[in-house]
Amino acid sequence: MRTFPGQPLEQDEPVFRDPWEAQAFSLVIALHRKGAFSWDEWAAALSESISAAQKAGDPDTGETYYQHWLAALEKLTVSKGLSAPEEMAARKESWRQAYLATPHGQPIELGSG
Amino acid sequence: MSHDHDHTEPPSDLELRVKALESLLLEKGLVNPDALNTIIETYEHKVGPRNGAHVVAKAWTDPAFKQALLTDASSAVADLGYMGRQGEHLTVVENTASVHNLVVCTLCSCYPWTMLGLPPVWYKSAPYRARAVSEPRSVLAEFGTALPESTDIQVWDSTSEMRYLVLPMQPAETEDWNEAQLQALVSRNSMIGVELARPATALDQVDNDS
Repeated sequence: MRTFPGQPLEQDEPVFRDPWEAQAFSLVIALHRKGAFSWDEWAAALSESISAAQKAGDPDTGETYYQHWLAALEKLTVSKGLSAPEEMAARKESWRQAYLATPHGQPIELGSG
Repeated sequence: MSHDHDHTEPPSDLELRVKALESLLLEKGLVNPDALNTIIETYEHKVGPRNGAHVVAKAWTDPAFKQALLTDASSAVADLGYMGRQGEHLTVVENTASVHNLVVCTLCSCYPWTMLGLPPVWYKSAPYRARAVSEPRSVLAEFGTALPESTDIQVWDSTSEMRYLVLPMQPAETEDWNEAQLQALVSRNSMIGVELARPATALDQVDNDS
């Protein structure tokens, strides 16, 4: 069995596979640069989120890495008082509604729902 | 589902979560859109294993630089303009005929970004993180890297504060090569330690491939 399947040529490998991965990545770097948390705190949050996902049954093959990254970011912003779970849930719902209320092909804006 | 033009299909839950958090942080002025775009642009296009290859090839051709690199890698690479932004220290570990070095981050994915860009998927996987420590030789074998039994394998576990870069052995018959030629032989994987630098004969292939 190959444990590290499909090791792609480094030239061909995309840095981010989806725009949301890049967004989540950039938020962490930007918050860290602003001093919102230390890199040590970030690494601790990320490894905690990875081990929680493994315990919940994620085979953790590296494919779900940015899911762990996002979960760690959400948690860390909450523990640092930069966001709150209810606020994030409400905003998520607003975005969903905004999509549903926007005719196809038009830019999605909050508050249109 | 019928195709309905009166609305736009919402994206996945993950995408909505990121949009939610991003829009909240933007509103609160905790991040700004230009900074976010610059970060993405930098990591997608500007930071990558070429930086590390530059450092390795320079070390192969410039003994004083190599000495400085092995003594204090953070300052040596900073002199070339490579600065870590996460406040991390860099240590360069040298492969020799008797010791081969392998880098891992057992807890998450700490990695010398400034030198190599962001890590490949397999580096972030649980099997690599565990097996690099418990059975490094068989991990190397999966990458097609066979070392003599007499070679010791030293595994370095990265942390948020300390990142490692492997200085691979210079391939045979490249003593008279210049830095630019040598750079082409330095793969990302050789600087993580899962492979060796490409042999001298690989340069023709590299030329043909690119």
